[in-house]
Amino acid sequence: MILASLLTDFGDGVRFIFEARESRAGTVEVGGLGEIGHLAANHLQVSFLAVAVAIAVALPLALWLGHKGRGEFLAVSLSNVGRAVPSLAIIAFFVAFLGTGFTNICFALILLAIPPILTNTYVAVRQVDRDIVDAARGQGLSEAQIVRRIELPLALPTIFGGIRLSSVNVLATAIIAPLAGYETLGTPILSLNVYGFAGAIGAAIVVALLTLMADAGFAGVQRLTTPKGLKVAKGDRRGVRLWPRSPRSVQIP
Amino acid sequence: MSGAPLIAQGGFVRDRAGESSCVADNGFCLDWISKNLDRYQTPFLEHVYLVVVSVAIGFVIAVALGLLAHRRRWLIGPLTGVTGALYTVPSIAMFFLLQPLLGRGNAPAIVGLAIYTQVIIFRNVITGLAGVPKEMVDAAAGMGMTPNQRLFKVEVPLALPEILAGLRIASATTVGLAAFAALAGAGGLGQQLIVSSLIVFKSNVVVAGGLVTLLAAALDLVVLGIQRLLTPWRRAVLA
Repeated sequence: MILASLLTDFGDGVRFIFEARESRAGTVEVGGLGEIGHLAANHLQVSFLAVAVAIAVALPLALWLGHKGRGEFLAVSLSNVGRAVPSLAIIAFFVAFLGTGFTNICFALILLAIPPILTNTYVAVRQVDRDIVDAARGQGLSEAQIVRRIELPLALPTIFGGIRLSSVNVLATAIIAPLAGYETLGTPILSLNVYGFAGAIGAAIVVALLTLMADAGFAGVQRLTTPKGLKVAKGDRRGVRLWPRSPRSVQIP
Repeated sequence: MSGAPLIAQGGFVRDRAGESSCVADNGFCLDWISKNLDRYQTPFLEHVYLVVVSVAIGFVIAVALGLLAHRRRWLIGPLTGVTGALYTVPSIAMFFLLQPLLGRGNAPAIVGLAIYTQVIIFRNVITGLAGVPKEMVDAAAGMGMTPNQRLFKVEVPLALPEILAGLRIASATTVGLAAFAALAGAGGLGQQLIVSSLIVFKSNVVVAGGLVTLLAAALDLVVLGIQRLLTPWRRAVLA
C-alpha cells in the first residue's frame, strides 16, 4: 500500500521530467525535457559562473596568504562565519537590499562559494612540509616558483576539496534563485501551485543527481591530482605527516 | 525593482502595510520591527524545536554508528560513503524526496536534518577515537579493563573534544538548513524568507535572517559550554 503510493509519487515525478503536462490551473504547459533542460541549463550556468569567479578571487589570495603565512585569522574566521551565516539569510539580504536578477543572485552565490575555497587553499599551503619549501629555496627557486611548482601541486587535492564543497553548496543554494527572479531547477519546487507535487519531485530528483554527479566528479579530480608521493606517504601511517589528516576533516580551533 | 506592491500582497505584511510610509517605501523600519517582533516568536520556537530534536536524534545515531564502526573497522568506508552522499543531496531536494514517504510537516524536516548531521558527527567520532594514543588503550588493557570498559572509560572520554566539535558544527549547520524546512511544511524562521513577497521586505529580512544567524551563533556557544564542562582537563591545556 505505502509502496504503491511511493511508486506513484516518484513515478509521477520522473514522468514530469520527460513529458510536458498541463499546469495545475490548466493554463500553461509545464514539465517535459524541454523545460527541465532549460531550467537545468540555467541552474548550471549560474552555479558554474559563481564557482569560477570564487576560484579566481579566493585561490590567488589564499595561495599568497598561505605562502607568506599571513592572515591565518582571516582564513579561519571566514570559514567559521561562512558556516554560521545560513545561505538562505545571505540570499535574502541580497534580494532585499540589492534587488533581484541574475547579477545579484550570482554575487550572493560567489560570496557563499569563497570561504571553503579560501580556507582549504590556505590550510593546504600551510601544511606543505616547510622542509620541502626550504629545500626548494636552497636550490635557488624563486618565491613565485615555490608557490607554482612546490606548494600548489602539493596543495591541489585539498584545494579541489574546497572547490568540491563550494560547488555542492552553490548547486544546492541555486535552488532558491527563483526567489531572486532567476529561473532554475528551484522553480518547480518553489511554485508548487503551478507545477504540482510531481514537478517538485521531478526537479528535486534532477537537482539531486546533478549535485551528486558534481561531487563525484570533483572527488575524482581530487584523487587524480594527488601526487604519487603523497599517496605513498598517506599509506604509510608511521611516516612523516606531509598531509592534512583529511581534506574534509572538520575541526574548530 | 520597487518592493512596495509586492509587499502589499504578502502574508502578514499586508494588514500593516498602510501603517507607515516607511513600510510602504520598503525602508528599514525600526518601528515596524518593534511592533511586529511578536510575529517571529512562533517561527523562532519552531526553528529551535526542529534543530534541537533533529540534532539530538542525529547525534545519538551518529555516535552509535561511530562506536560500531570503531569496533568493526570495515564499516568505516561504506558508512563514510553513504553519509557523505546523503549530505551531498541538497537539503531542499531531500525535504521533497522524503515527502512521498513521510508526508508534509515536521517528519520529513526532522528526518532530513538528522540525516545531514550524520556525516559531520560520524567523521568526528571516528577521527576522535582514532586519535586516542595507543599506549593509553594498552595501559587500560593491562589494568584488566574489558574492551567495553576501555571504550567507555578511556577512549570515548579522550575523544570527547573531537566528538563535541562535530556536534558544534552539526548544530550550526542544522540551524541554516532548517531555514529550508519551511518548504517541507515544517514552519520555522525560513517561512518568513522563502515567500517572494516577504524576501524583498527589508525589515522582515533583517529580523528573520538575523534571528537565524543569531540562533546558529548562540547554539555554537551552548555546545562550546557543554564541551568545556565535560572536558575540564582540556581547560588547563588551553589556558
